[in-house]
Amino acid sequence: MSGQEWSAETVAGIVREHAHLRGPLLPVLHAVQERIGWIPPDAVPVIAHELNLSRADVHGVVTFYADFRTEPPGRTVVGVCRGEACQSRGGRDLEAHAQDALGVPFGGTTQDGEVTLDQVFCLGNCALPPSVTVDGRLHGRVDAATFDRLLAEAR
Amino acid sequence: MTTVYVPRDSAARSVGADEVALAVLAEAELRGADVTLVRNGSRGMLWLEPLVEVATPQGRVAYGPVRADDVASLFDAGLLEGGAHALALGPTESHEWLARQNRLAFARVGVVDPLSTDDFLAHGGLAGLRAALAMPPADVVEAVVGSGLRGRGGAGFPTGIKWRTVAEADGPLKFVCCNADEGDSGTFADRMLLEGDPFALLEGMAVAAHAVGATEGYVYVRSEYPDAVATLRSAVELARAAGWLGEDVLCSGLTFDIEVRVGAGAYICGEETSMLESIEGRRGTVRPKPPIPALSGLFGRPTVVNNVLSFASVPAVLTGGPASYAALGTGRSRGTQVFQLAGNVARGGIVETEFGLTLRELVEGYGGGTASGRPVRAVQVGGPLGAYHPADGLDVRLDYEELASVGGMLGHGGVVVFDDTADMGAQARFAMEFCAVESCGKCTPCRVGAVRGVEVIDAILHGPSEERAGQAALLEDLCELMADGSLCAMGGLTPQPVRSVLRHFGEDLGLTPVASRDGT
Ligand SMILES: Cc1cc2nc3c(=O)[nH]c(=O)nc-3n(C[C@H](O)[C@H](O)[C@H](O)COP(=O)(O)O)c2cc1C
Ligand code: SF4
Ligand code: FES
Repeated sequence: MSGQEWSAETVAGIVREHAHLRGPLLPVLHAVQERIGWIPPDAVPVIAHELNLSRADVHGVVTFYADFRTEPPGRTVVGVCRGEACQSRGGRDLEAHAQDALGVPFGGTTQDGEVTLDQVFCLGNCALPPSVTVDGRLHGRVDAATFDRLLAEAR
Repeated sequence: MTTVYVPRDSAARSVGADEVALAVLAEAELRGADVTLVRNGSRGMLWLEPLVEVATPQGRVAYGPVRADDVASLFDAGLLEGGAHALALGPTESHEWLARQNRLAFARVGVVDPLSTDDFLAHGGLAGLRAALAMPPADVVEAVVGSGLRGRGGAGFPTGIKWRTVAEADGPLKFVCCNADEGDSGTFADRMLLEGDPFALLEGMAVAAHAVGATEGYVYVRSEYPDAVATLRSAVELARAAGWLGEDVLCSGLTFDIEVRVGAGAYICGEETSMLESIEGRRGTVRPKPPIPALSGLFGRPTVVNNVLSFASVPAVLTGGPASYAALGTGRSRGTQVFQLAGNVARGGIVETEFGLTLRELVEGYGGGTASGRPVRAVQVGGPLGAYHPADGLDVRLDYEELASVGGMLGHGGVVVFDDTADMGAQARFAMEFCAVESCGKCTPCRVGAVRGVEVIDAILHGPSEERAGQAALLEDLCELMADGSLCAMGGLTPQPVRSVLRHFGEDLGLTPVASRDGT
């Protein structure tokens, strides 16, 4: 997932690319995360300065939204849906299996830094449950065996 | 040359549509067959995905669910002529699931190539916008008022009334915002429309812009829908290039352009004022109303906020006329509703029909009962804030008022089926847990109440049995406090699923069901 090394110039450049937007902060944060893989704490003052916001404002926004990472993720990011439609078809078992198989709770990254496991609430695939994503790619009707196979393919 | 359709809808892709599309191309090449592959949206018969269609002289013929390793045998069976095969479903349009529906908002979804402007026009696209642009703005507003269209995002507020408020507000700058956050579990209609017919949304938003005098539009799409974001972004560019957006839309003098914004994983940003905060670049916390967004919305300007399906329903109102739209439905629920049938159901997918069918017709008729083959135990309607309806309560009519009368709500039209293995105590606990995770934190009844709710339910489930009744009374109190004291419907409606479990499935919390105690 993670790409470019972070530098203040990269981040300032990203901010300037988005400066023409009304309310550019979310698009900026998405772009930083897309390029660097996460939002390094040192990027916050740069973004704040470029957008003429306080650091507290930017920090507050980064921490409010589940998508924004303040630590680098694993090479592969897996999301398991915890919504009710998935629960109705074995989603709770899959949630448990995913955490067991990876040995980390939701939000955690495996010790080898390979896989980050996220909880998500609905992927819009509720008629084909349970659903997971692997590096953004959606999979439906996933059971424990499929989960293991997807993981093996991604690793 | 034969046209073969393999959906690019992300639900279809989640069960192998990309692999099927590749197999079709490879097999055609191997056999020297002249095939044009179209990646359409989904017809919404999701249990049949990947659903492959072939254009024949007699119309489109469907096969499904197709796996990549079925493709060779399909070609052997004469796929390109619509030949017989174990996976053959006959002419798509006469499939009983589709034939019974009345698709207005979804008329083109699954039918057209989502990013073909020609296909869009050939299937009636822009007729609504053209009709609107030929009318004075106030007449467009009155047409929408007259149609009885209510917002499809959840609250059911009359769309025309909202537009009238914005139209009458003063100001040189007004906005049209589309709420494509679709956070409810069990809902996917917005996503399917964005992926399957994105121009329909742009058309509806342009109609709104003309009606209220707005020049700028935003679509706020949740980040969980990357395919929808990509399709929509392409559609906006194509529409701009075609002169459907930008300066002088369709040479009418209307200036209106649209920007796509992506959320960042916060359910509360589906609440309209949180969504506006988020677009402005802030934490997605709820703004107290008043002022209403219609008068002081995005950046403090008059703003229309509507759901994807509300906008997508507007063109039909203008082409068919408000009276014909209003003639559909029942009571104060007019027109068609796009139901989303999900969860443990044999045949899940999109059912667009006029209001008036019952939950039983949807779950047992369209859905064919559970996927597991076990009895239905509970059906949650309206997302995570919606009530769980018991198996003997399925005769309720799916309209706004009737659902409210049984302690439920229609919400965004999501219907999630559970079989008799469901642990309803766990579902009640999850409702509180979800609220605790997703609360915006602005008000105490929700922020603290949801955490307390989880604790109290845990005490009921795992604490000493002699304390159970007392804890249940506490839970009732807490529900009342959250319902009455919360600033928005997140905290205000979380009690709804919890209370429905207390009322109908109390035994799963170790309680005597209220129903058998007082006879309600
Ligand atoms: C917690 C919460 C979540 C909501 N989520 C959505 C959503 O995902 N999509 C949506 O269109 N409306 C959602 N709404 C309703 C919006 O606040 C608003 O009523 C709606 O977007 C207005 O559009 P409509 O009139 O076309 O329905 C939500 C409301 C609340 C309280
Ligand atoms: S009810 Fe919950 S989500 Fe709504 S304003 Fe209060 S804290 Fe925020
Ligand atoms: S509830 Fe899991 S995809 Fe919707």
